Amino acid sequence: MSKSVIEISNLYKQYQHTNNFVVKDVSLVIPEKEIFGLLGPNGAGKTTLISILCGLLKPTSGNVVIFDKQYNKQQKEIHQQIGVVPQEYALYPTLTARENIIYFASMYGLKGKELHQKVDKALKRLGLLNFADKKIVTFSGGMKRRINLIVGMLHTPKILFLDEPTVGVDVHSKNVIIEFLKELNEKGTTIVYTSHHLTEAENFCTDIAIIDHGEIFAHDTPKNLINATKNASNLEDVFIELTGKQLRDDV
Amino acid sequence: MYKIGQSVKKEVLLLARDWGGLVILFLMPIILVITVTLIQDSSFKSISTKIEIAFVDHDKGKISETIVSNLAKSDAFVLISEREGNLISEEELQNLVFKGKYQMGIVLPENLSTELESKVNQNVEKAISAFGFGAEETTPNAVTTTKEIKLYFDPATHLSFKSGVKNAIDKIVTQIENQSIYNAFQAQFTEEDNASFFDQESLIVFKEILPNLPENQVKPTSVQHNVPAWTLFAMFFIVVPLSINMVKEKNQGTHIRLLTSPVSPIVFLTGKIITYLLICWLQFLVMLAIGKFVFPYFGLLPLVLTNFGWLSLIALFSGLAAIGFGILLGTFAKTQEQSAPFGAVSVIILAALGGIWVPVFAMPDVMQWFAKISPMNWGLEAFYDILLRQGNFWDILPNIILLLLFFIATLSISVIYDKKKRTV
Repeated sequence: MSKSVIEISNLYKQYQHTNNFVVKDVSLVIPEKEIFGLLGPNGAGKTTLISILCGLLKPTSGNVVIFDKQYNKQQKEIHQQIGVVPQEYALYPTLTARENIIYFASMYGLKGKELHQKVDKALKRLGLLNFADKKIVTFSGGMKRRINLIVGMLHTPKILFLDEPTVGVDVHSKNVIIEFLKELNEKGTTIVYTSHHLTEAENFCTDIAIIDHGEIFAHDTPKNLINATKNASNLEDVFIELTGKQLRDDV
Repeated sequence: MYKIGQSVKKEVLLLARDWGGLVILFLMPIILVITVTLIQDSSFKSISTKIEIAFVDHDKGKISETIVSNLAKSDAFVLISEREGNLISEEELQNLVFKGKYQMGIVLPENLSTELESKVNQNVEKAISAFGFGAEETTPNAVTTTKEIKLYFDPATHLSFKSGVKNAIDKIVTQIENQSIYNAFQAQFTEEDNASFFDQESLIVFKEILPNLPENQVKPTSVQHNVPAWTLFAMFFIVVPLSINMVKEKNQGTHIRLLTSPVSPIVFLTGKIITYLLICWLQFLVMLAIGKFVFPYFGLLPLVLTNFGWLSLIALFSGLAAIGFGILLGTFAKTQEQSAPFGAVSVIILAALGGIWVPVFAMPDVMQWFAKISPMNWGLEAFYDILLRQGNFWDILPNIILLLLFFIATLSISVIYDKKKRTV
């Protein structure tokens, strides 16, 4: 069995001046080199859980251990080893693609020839080398998503957190992004990913957890989840069975 | 240092590509300083534009002669008693003043001089006879009624102007009255008309004492006042682009990316502080250059730089205070719609309180107290210490300390608030 890189135990999160827990008694172990999918309807607690795992939010109670380290003691060391691809584009629109990538990579200590070679290689791999010196404001949604991904992975993190990395992009961009993530995973990067695209998650993830109302309802491989659910032929059936058909408008 | 350097480079690139921000930071203060200095220049100059006063003289005596000659001697006023070759009537004067053609009008009543003289003579005779001198019988009381010098003012006239003119005319009339009393006594005691029995020169005169630096005396001109004032205003206006920059980072998600990097928020805040401090420094140099080299082309006196080193130090700490305020606003604001108008309005309020537009001494007591808590006032007072009061480092030190404390306080509140926000 692979060594675990993330260990979550009895995690709770309640925002100030609210009565409900947005994350409720979550315990998970994510092994090394896994592609872990965190799926759930709007407002289920996915982004809050990812934010806690990235050290952006502090939990109300419970414990998060990443590479045997905890945020309250070794935040800098953990951040050096993780990469984050937020749901927003998280880029400076008036800077060029190259300027954005170089700036964020420099925060991880990357510099000089090595940095420039890595930038060119990543841009080429994601089909954006010809647009390297164009401002982000001129890019399409799919191009911005790809730059967003490069910025999150250029420092070769051991864990890459992605919050809906393929939302709002065309099929071609989506395929390029997924293929690229698979390559990263093959090279040893553990991927923790949230998405609403259930078919994409079914094909991409090695392990899936379904979260609703802050609680993890199911956690297994996509195949096992489908087999364990009566009359389910795909992940969407499992999802509907576990979370219901009610609309979830998140405000 | 490498990470701070990269942060500075990023901030410079962002600013260089934001033309609107650059206009706010550089062009607007330049236009403001030139416009306001030109407007205010007349109030500081000894030779100013003369104010026209409509004048109707029903007296045609000694008082009217003195008022005409005294006001003519004044550099501030010119009397207008005719229009298109005809003497102005009182009705016409009232009409012209109330319509704003003239800021004020003076109407002297009939027999003002003769009745004043007769009243003075009568009183002097009474006094002399009471002391047992002169004739037993005095001139019978002449019937004198109160005489009104009518002053008409344009309703838009400023109160301070009204009171200044009233005082000037009052002084002229008092002088004439005194002179008449002296003349009346002189006539009673001497036979010769021209004999100088009384010394009629004023005993009390005013002398303006300025800080004494014979070699390098700097006159308080509109330039010496406005250049530091508007330099500070420009520096504090960086609150607007800086807070917008921070709010954008939060909304774009770049802030999240930076918070998940292995870098302390102090590093990228330092990047912002260095960049915006450079901008403040540039603004300071540009404004000084405008004052020194461009003002003379507009007929203004050039700025006299007394101690560039100390001025730079004040600019540095004023810039830090402005940056601290910008970071505080950028941390608390959630949207650009909050940060931009609030930033602009708060800077204008701080400028008003700080004495940028109206001198602090001219404010009501309560507002003078508030002025003392405006960082712009601390900066302005320090600039005045060097530019106008020939002060040294020890004179500006208290205000520099206040500016530094303001920077430390605003920065600390911002960092603590941002950290706390993520724990709730």
